[in-house]
Amino acid sequence: MSGAPSRTVEYLMQVSSEVSPMSVSADGSPLPVTIVGGYLGSGKTTLINQILNKASGRRYAVLVNDFGELAIDAQLIESEDGNVINLSGGCVCCSYGNDLTSAMMELDTSAIDQVVIEASGVALPGAIAGSLSLLTSYTLSSIVVLADCVTVQSHASDKYLADTIARQLASADLILLNKTDLLDESQLVQKKDWVRSNYQSARCVATSHADYPVDLFLTEHTSRDVNQCDKTNDSETHLTSVYTTFKLEVKDKYNVQQLAANLAETEPGLLRVKGFARDLSGQMQLIQIVGRRWNVRPAPVSAKEGIVCIGLSADNLCSEGVSARAGLI
Amino acid sequence: MITIYSAKKIVTMNPARPEATHVAVRDGRIIGTGALAELEGFGAGTLDDRFANKVIMPGFIEGHSHAVEGKWWRYVYCGFFDRMDPHGKVWSGVETIDAVVERLKQRDEAMTDPETPIAGWSIDPIYFAEKQLTRKDLDRVSTKRPIGIMHASGHIMNVNTRALELAGFLREGIDNGGLPLGDDGLPTGELRGPDVMMPVGAHAGFDSNMLDFDEPGLLDFGKLCVRTGVTTATDLAARLTDEIVGIGIDVTSRDNFPVRLSAYRFHHGLTPKELVRQVMNLTEKSTDRFRLGRIKIVADGSIQGFTARINPPGYYNGAPNGLWYIAPEQMLEIYELALQNNIQVHTHTNGDEATDLAIDMLEKALQKFPSNDHRFTIQHGQLVNAAQFRRMAKLGFCVNHFANHHFYWGDEHYQFTVGPERAERMNPCRTALDNNIPLAIHSDAPITPIGPLFTAWCAVNRITGSGRVQGHHERITVDEALYAITMGAAYTLQMDHEIGSIEAGKRADFAVLEDDPTEAEPFALRDIGVWGTVQDGRVFDASQL
Ligand SMILES: [Zn+2]
Repeated sequence: MSGAPSRTVEYLMQVSSEVSPMSVSADGSPLPVTIVGGYLGSGKTTLINQILNKASGRRYAVLVNDFGELAIDAQLIESEDGNVINLSGGCVCCSYGNDLTSAMMELDTSAIDQVVIEASGVALPGAIAGSLSLLTSYTLSSIVVLADCVTVQSHASDKYLADTIARQLASADLILLNKTDLLDESQLVQKKDWVRSNYQSARCVATSHADYPVDLFLTEHTSRDVNQCDKTNDSETHLTSVYTTFKLEVKDKYNVQQLAANLAETEPGLLRVKGFARDLSGQMQLIQIVGRRWNVRPAPVSAKEGIVCIGLSADNLCSEGVSARAGLI
Repeated sequence: MITIYSAKKIVTMNPARPEATHVAVRDGRIIGTGALAELEGFGAGTLDDRFANKVIMPGFIEGHSHAVEGKWWRYVYCGFFDRMDPHGKVWSGVETIDAVVERLKQRDEAMTDPETPIAGWSIDPIYFAEKQLTRKDLDRVSTKRPIGIMHASGHIMNVNTRALELAGFLREGIDNGGLPLGDDGLPTGELRGPDVMMPVGAHAGFDSNMLDFDEPGLLDFGKLCVRTGVTTATDLAARLTDEIVGIGIDVTSRDNFPVRLSAYRFHHGLTPKELVRQVMNLTEKSTDRFRLGRIKIVADGSIQGFTARINPPGYYNGAPNGLWYIAPEQMLEIYELALQNNIQVHTHTNGDEATDLAIDMLEKALQKFPSNDHRFTIQHGQLVNAAQFRRMAKLGFCVNHFANHHFYWGDEHYQFTVGPERAERMNPCRTALDNNIPLAIHSDAPITPIGPLFTAWCAVNRITGSGRVQGHHERITVDEALYAITMGAAYTLQMDHEIGSIEAGKRADFAVLEDDPTEAEPFALRDIGVWGTVQDGRVFDASQL
């Protein structure tokens, strides 16, 4: 399948829509949260604007440390009211200042489908994830950390910033090595090698202008989401030939947690995995993986077994190899 | 209308005329000091003898306080040390968990609704010889109403079971360093760090904006100032929303409001450009008693919270280095824009790495925008070392040290945070002066009580809570300490041309004292009584507030 353009949403959706929306997860299940971190100038704002621009009916709450750091595309803004900016399509952007936990508790979760937290340039995404774990109405979907490929290495050895940058990158499920358009090929290879050798557990993808298919790290957990997605027919989410998509055959019963962990931990090329498999007791489970972070939740029996994987074409992944290594066959 | 006050002694802090018996005041300004006959040359005036038995000093200046202390006194005081409230009542320190429970019960019994929360503040369990304070202790006060007590350091809170329940944290399976668990697998009720304190604290009656003053709170803060001889204070990390600015201007303009307040806009929540733009706009709203147009940056966290950024060898107990609250580029940009627009910046640094950063950034910014008299000030600078002072002197940095800290947490720093050697040189006032750094000293009220004579006592004696002298070599003299709480602080606030000494042309701001601090035993400095103040020529008798 390598090289053939495919459509992210379609593939991810295909899995979702094979079961009745209400049964994927009942309303009231925890809202997925994506934490976007990275030092100043790494491209967080660009990435978040992309998420908002591609919202296609999904209602995001974007929480920013302060509005100052997030220059939202003007055409998205509908109204502003103190700490809240209302955006088109039901999205909101709120500044949380010093008190993220309270801001999360105050969010009207019935009016949103997903939460994206923009961490400040010196904040530690891992610490944010720690406080998030206290809030039962949310679940961490992934930590995405951007790195400016030109400056990241010097920041990582900077007298003042070294440990902060290291802690940020080490907490990432997915590292977007951004601004690659500013480097030539050999420089880029060197930067990639540096990231991969220092932060082995995270996935690392090279991007320019934070251009990454955001659906690969945003996850859906709620029935509302599935309904919304059903209506979308977004032609902009074509995956380029940089990415490859393939399906894993799932027929047996498995230790699903172990299976998910295997896929997340032993397949550094996989960026996104979503699918259904039966656990040892026969109960259907939903597997979601973003980068190295995996999540398993009960799914309805009517769900159809099968797992969709998306990775980098360059990593030459194939269904057979991944299945074998993950213990599927 | 000239009023001539006589006094047992007037300590002017003006080297040209250090002592006087009389001071003449007209329209809120000092027109002269000296003997009565000298002052009569200004023309007919009224001789006011009410201070004939008092000692008059320049009104004290608190260069690092938060006006929110007035509001915090509406919470129940649970501190280990005696502390005076705005009404002059001295609350005795509570020394055991039982005593804490007893004090909260008194509040509980005075309340009619059984579910209204009780918020307490300033508890310091490190002084309790007993076991840890837990939610079960506070449940003895009530299981129906949420109860929370903020620790003196401001970094930890203890709550009862009801408060945890309301916040949704009374459950098993919590895995978060901010919420330690008991043997039963449930949180003990101790909340470490703002991420867990704030959401639970809201249920226990704490305001979510911990640093915003309100009208009654500001009025009460004014009373505390009169009782401690303060005529100019700071609100050093203000959000300064339109609402807060409105309250500040309104309350301070009232005839009976006794303090001049300089409010520094906290950097957080704005880009450097937006921050400087906003502060320049605020300058236009500045009034005589509510000064606006300056910036406060917070660079790192606190030493006792292990969030300060410190250089090797790091924390004594091996804790990892602390957190940055601003990126280096942002600090540099604020410094540059501020220098360019002639705006003063005070920077909170606790750890020495944070101080290094401030020094490096100012050095860079000054190369681009040279300034002969910026008076940028390091606030706290608790771990500044001699080498840093030498650079600071060249760059024109001032310092305002947290002298009180030594008394309240000196023993803890010695044992846990930075260890003996560095604990003995924390808040190094002596080294600052030896390097010709303009020096002020502060309380950081409400973290420790406002009271410049007490702060001076701390800097002069360097006594810790357990009674040890910690760092003899960093002690300063009584005269130097008195200078720091008057002229020194005035200089760091860019007000030394207006206040800080009693001399012709300056504001008629006096601290009216029962005894002469310059003659007092250094150890008795903190016991000198304060009769009240004169501020802009208006007399405030502490016993009549
Ligand atoms: Zn402070």
